[in-house]
Amino acid sequence: MNSKAASVESTPAAGRLDQEAARALIRRHHLRWWEALPWLAAAAFYFAFPDYLGFGTTLMITILFALSLDLALGYAGIITLGHAAFFGAGAYTVGLLAFHNIWTEPITSLVLAALAGAAIGLASGLVLLRTQGLTLLMLTLCTMALLQEAANMAHDYTGGFDGLPSLDIAPVFGRFEFNPLYPDTQYLYTLAILFVCFVFIRTLVYSPFGQSLTGIRENLLRMHAVGAPVRRRLVVCYTLSAAIAGIAGGLWAQTNAYVNLSALDLDRAATVLIILILGGYGRLYGAFAGAVVYLTLEHFLARFYPTAWQLGLGLLLVLVALYARNGILGLGEVVWRRFRPRRAT
Amino acid sequence: MTELRLETRALSRRFGALVALQQIDFKLVAGARHALIGPNGAGKTTFINLLAGALPPSRGSVLLKGEDITAKTQAERVKLGIARTFQINRLFRGLSVLENVCISVAERIGAAPNMFHPVGRRKDVIEESMHLLEVLKLAPDAPRRVSELPYGRQRLVEIAIAIGLKPDVLLLDEPAAGVPSAESHIILDAIEHLPEQIAILIIEHDMDLVFRFAKRVTVMVGGALFAEGTPRDIENNPEVRAVYLGQAGRG
Repeated sequence: MNSKAASVESTPAAGRLDQEAARALIRRHHLRWWEALPWLAAAAFYFAFPDYLGFGTTLMITILFALSLDLALGYAGIITLGHAAFFGAGAYTVGLLAFHNIWTEPITSLVLAALAGAAIGLASGLVLLRTQGLTLLMLTLCTMALLQEAANMAHDYTGGFDGLPSLDIAPVFGRFEFNPLYPDTQYLYTLAILFVCFVFIRTLVYSPFGQSLTGIRENLLRMHAVGAPVRRRLVVCYTLSAAIAGIAGGLWAQTNAYVNLSALDLDRAATVLIILILGGYGRLYGAFAGAVVYLTLEHFLARFYPTAWQLGLGLLLVLVALYARNGILGLGEVVWRRFRPRRAT
Repeated sequence: MTELRLETRALSRRFGALVALQQIDFKLVAGARHALIGPNGAGKTTFINLLAGALPPSRGSVLLKGEDITAKTQAERVKLGIARTFQINRLFRGLSVLENVCISVAERIGAAPNMFHPVGRRKDVIEESMHLLEVLKLAPDAPRRVSELPYGRQRLVEIAIAIGLKPDVLLLDEPAAGVPSAESHIILDAIEHLPEQIAILIIEHDMDLVFRFAKRVTVMVGGALFAEGTPRDIENNPEVRAVYLGQAGRG
């Protein structure tokens, strides 16, 4: 038989790495110019809309929360409707520590929020990720409902339905205070945390680990057949995603200076799912596009049509579900391809 | 006698009341080109699933190079050198052909758990994957999304992913299934050029392919081994002709 074919060893041949497909893969993680836009926009927003910094802060927290969901749902294909469980875990960690005057330093509090999210993600993931599809969806929902009920019943610590009001958060670096009337600090602090988390997520999804998550999403059986420890990967991914959701929840508690049961609500879990689908899942920037469009629409529709604003959002979602399955970014990609045909090689 | 690679002892599998496989004693030697044929429902795919570890047996054992691997998971068996393809394509459809192979190669050489370096940094993985695609004459399709390829070439990607694992034992479940006959020679060429030392077990309905490729043929009927021999023995075995070949349209 053919002896050349018998050696699948890589013999040095520079040409192979110069081919289109190889080059595309080698360069995939390289920064593109437009990736600076969200950060430039965030900086511009700070100067252009000083009266809307509270809105901007909420927007960035939502983006971070949606990014955490994108890691689990968009990349690894973990179907979940209970992601607020981790958001709430982070929020209550920050809230409980601050309310009971145990710990108020913001950055370390966020680390603890991440750990709380991760712990619940790990514990629930070890059980839930044995299942798939609708079963998984229901179990994630149940986990969240259980946590919410626990927070409701532990009234003495969590304030139950009333939540934990007027949290006293220490200044960032001992200098920059969270002022509810002038949320400059909140805005810049959230922006910095979002950036750090984003760099981590971006690194992760372009890594071989991220590639294997995509493999699990694209074909679970095949991933088993190439010898991947599928469940371990999913649990790791779910735990990391939960940690980031925990940070988002912690930020939410710090910047609003309160925590209540809405942090663990189905409404919150569903909204972030809608935002991610609206923006385009498994695309990293879908979280940005979805959150900006959703929250901006919500903001203005609620102002102009206070009674029926949800109708507008509903219509938008129907249109996305019918005509733009891959969300706003998916739509953008289609347009981009149409007007810029692929370069010949 | 060549070195024994894969062996089953009294391997059985039931699905409820249905006995899918009973008491299979089977041997695959190094460098084997062994075909498994039999009518639909004979238990061929179940057998592959048991060998690969996708299904646990009800009774009996599977041995790889003399070591009992019955309790090993599918992923562990892959590390030990058993790779398989699927009767129906199971590919990463949304990814490029190159990435499909890279996932497999990265998993084999242990690059896959890395979270902090980009895929593009592992040039060894990409290089080896491109080389593999060249060997299988898939290099021109490397940048294309798998779902855009014609079915015959998708079947080649199935094989490429399995070869990326550098297996000692390769289980091919109807590699040419669904491929138009005009293209099936592509698959056959690819299989014929696989590294010689790999032990290959192939399930196939296409008798031309079986008789051209296989050095040994096992016939399975109703979950049991029915006959085994060289392709010529099997072709001339009147009982086999009666139960199988006649139905398959090669009289």
